[in-house]
Amino acid sequence: MRIAICVKEVPDPTAEKRIDEGTKRLVRSGENTLNPYDRHAIEAAVRIKEGPAPDTEITIVTVGPATATRSVDRALAQGGDQSVHVADDAAAGSDLLGTARILAAALKRGGYDLILLGQQAADSESYVMAGLVAELLELPCVTQAASIELGDGSVTVKRQVESGYDTVKATTPCVVSVSDAINDPRYPPLPAIMGAKRKPHEVLTLADLGIDASTVGAAGAATSVAALSKPEGRGDTIVIEDDGSAAAQILAFLVEKKVVA
Amino acid sequence: MAMTETQERESMIREGVAELCKQFPGEYWRELDREQAYPTEFVRRLSEDGWLGALIPEQYGGGGLSESDAAIILEEINHQGCNAGACHAQMYIMGTVLRHGSDEQKQQYLPGIASGDIRLQAFGVTEPDAGSNTLAIRTRAVQQDDGSWVVDGQKIWTSRFFHSDMMLLLARTSEPVEGKPKWWGLSTFLVDLREADGAIEAKEIRTMMNHATCEVFIKNLKLPAEALVGEEGMGFRYILDGMNAERILIAAECVGDGRWFIEKGAAYASEREVFGKKIGSNQGVQFPLARAHAAVEAADLMRRRASELFEAGEPCGAEGNMAKLLASEASWQAANACLDAHGGFGFAEEYDIERKFRETRLYMTAPINNNLVLAFLGQHVLKMPRSY
Ligand SMILES: Cc1cc2nc3c(=O)[nH]c(=O)nc-3n(C[C@H](O)[C@H](O)[C@H](O)COP(=O)(O)OP(=O)(O)OC[C@H]3O[C@@H](n4cnc5c(N)ncnc54)[C@H](O)[C@@H]3O)c2cc1C
Ligand SMILES: Cc1cc2nc3c(=O)[nH]c(=O)nc-3n(C[C@H](O)[C@H](O)[C@H](O)COP(=O)(O)OP(=O)(O)OC[C@H]3O[C@@H](n4cnc5c(N)ncnc54)[C@H](O)[C@@H]3O)c2cc1C
Repeated sequence: MRIAICVKEVPDPTAEKRIDEGTKRLVRSGENTLNPYDRHAIEAAVRIKEGPAPDTEITIVTVGPATATRSVDRALAQGGDQSVHVADDAAAGSDLLGTARILAAALKRGGYDLILLGQQAADSESYVMAGLVAELLELPCVTQAASIELGDGSVTVKRQVESGYDTVKATTPCVVSVSDAINDPRYPPLPAIMGAKRKPHEVLTLADLGIDASTVGAAGAATSVAALSKPEGRGDTIVIEDDGSAAAQILAFLVEKKVVA
Repeated sequence: MAMTETQERESMIREGVAELCKQFPGEYWRELDREQAYPTEFVRRLSEDGWLGALIPEQYGGGGLSESDAAIILEEINHQGCNAGACHAQMYIMGTVLRHGSDEQKQQYLPGIASGDIRLQAFGVTEPDAGSNTLAIRTRAVQQDDGSWVVDGQKIWTSRFFHSDMMLLLARTSEPVEGKPKWWGLSTFLVDLREADGAIEAKEIRTMMNHATCEVFIKNLKLPAEALVGEEGMGFRYILDGMNAERILIAAECVGDGRWFIEKGAAYASEREVFGKKIGSNQGVQFPLARAHAAVEAADLMRRRASELFEAGEPCGAEGNMAKLLASEASWQAANACLDAHGGFGFAEEYDIERKFRETRLYMTAPINNNLVLAFLGQHVLKMPRSY
């Protein structure tokens, strides 16, 4: 079985985010890291390989700047066999559709049985990449997978929804985005980290994929960020000093807000 | 800006270590500290994931990493608030076997050390009457007619004795001999503690920080001929050979501690308000942190210089010692700045500062006292009159 995992390099989620006032794009020059949500997708693939389908080949696929190699290696260390990295200056500034077009072209070329994504990217948090890629590839799409079971020419996915679980069967090839509740990703040991560099890395340009540069990147973006603003403050904070009646005061407050009856 | 290859490598190592360390937060260490208990689980995970076998060549199942890489591993452990002092020796004691051991010894022990199945992290050098002056040791190993050895003596400050399967032991095998250098006559032995039944007794020494260190009494300990590492009489040289590597790694641990203190101190000083303003805006709070930061970063540069020379096979005694001196002073400076910035809260267990404060203080005293580093620089680098 051939599995592709789409991974994204994102600014360190624990660091404060900065926006470039001119381009309204996120500043990505600080510490970057592998999108934490994508680690769940890698773990899911590794468990398939360790369990029901040992001859599985796992390919890490990313669209991102040439400097994203470190995150690619981090992904390989966690369990990929090889990587495909589309790095092209003309791809910079791609919106969702542009990124999806590039990803879809790279994925098509690989002919994968199963394409896994994270549920969201920790930076721009659109949650929709799986749908876009599946649409462009005309493949079935299942999102928010809480478990994935392999069948013969199909996968059965338990989806986490508000009221419980949906169980969905999809024929392969298909696109699945995994929820962050699907597993606890392992962190790679030293030999895997040092071994990542030695795995096959393929770096592709837009031309390699036959993509017209004007359809992607800033040039091809169909959306533009009009404005960015900080969330509004939460209103006044009430500080209750305990003079013996704090519990009663808090209870009264909660009752007033109808949090408790 | 794109990272250089070295930066990328470092950042991968750092991230890997940090991910592991994050599973062992302050509460974990606090609880152990209260009981002076050993961080068994932490050390097991570091071993299993290959971090403590980093310096062992790949042919023996180790990571095959460089001294610089190893320094980054230990630095990051301390930077994450953990304590590399509990396990760093597993990384470097084996160096004596690697550099001076026989092929059989390497085959027999290195793979197990790399995987963590053999814990070689006790190093018996210091004795009650031989601390800074190693040549004064009195533990004696006497060779028998069949080639085997019998050892008698006493060691002190043998750390991690109860958490080791093997110990590297320095013992006198010959009195000074006319015509030989004065360091000649000591030898190194690999002691299998699992087979030492009854001949070794150890007692834990409770210390101001959690360090699992012991007094060790050796009585009529029989060692096979193969326990000798390298040539008889050469032990002191072998220990010295390992010292530069050790100095560099210890310096890196101090840098890690220093950064932990400074980050913690700066964050707190930027949050805490007293007299209606952030305490970090007072130069009395800000400058000590800034000064300590400069000291830590300068020490880091010296550590890097020493590693570079070490890896190039150049003499690096001066740089390694200066790195250890500067880094241990810088981490202590950072510890004090951080503690001061926290006011009374710095003394509360739950901030982890008082624990790290106690832990980092050790580096000025052990594995070598900073006075002896200065004496080394004065005598051997600056060629001034000798005190030792
Ligand atoms: C408000 C906003 C700001 C933006 N700012 C920037 C910016 O500063 N700079 C910039 O370059 N782009 C920017 N973009 C574009 C954004 O990075 C792309 O839309 C992004 O690659 C896809 O969206 P997402 O990451 O939110 O996808 P999501 O749908 O949240 O991601 C889900 C999954 O898709 C996969 N995936 C996402 N992106 C990639 C990728 N590039 N390669 C491989 N797999 C991927 C991962 O598996 C991920 O877990 C911005 C978009 C928005 C909405
Ligand atoms: C927690 C801990 C763990 C340790 N772990 C180990 C271990 O695992 N294995 C091991 O073998 N040892 C270990 N040690 C021992 C450590 O290496 C020694 O404590 C250290 O080398 C100093 O020796 P000493 O304590 O005997 O001090 P001494 O040699 O008695 O020195 C006392 C003081 O006099 C100063 N002094 C002596 N001579 C001079 C001089 N010429 N010029 C200036 N000042 C001088 C010293 O610097 C020091 O300040 C450990 C020690 C501690 C505290």
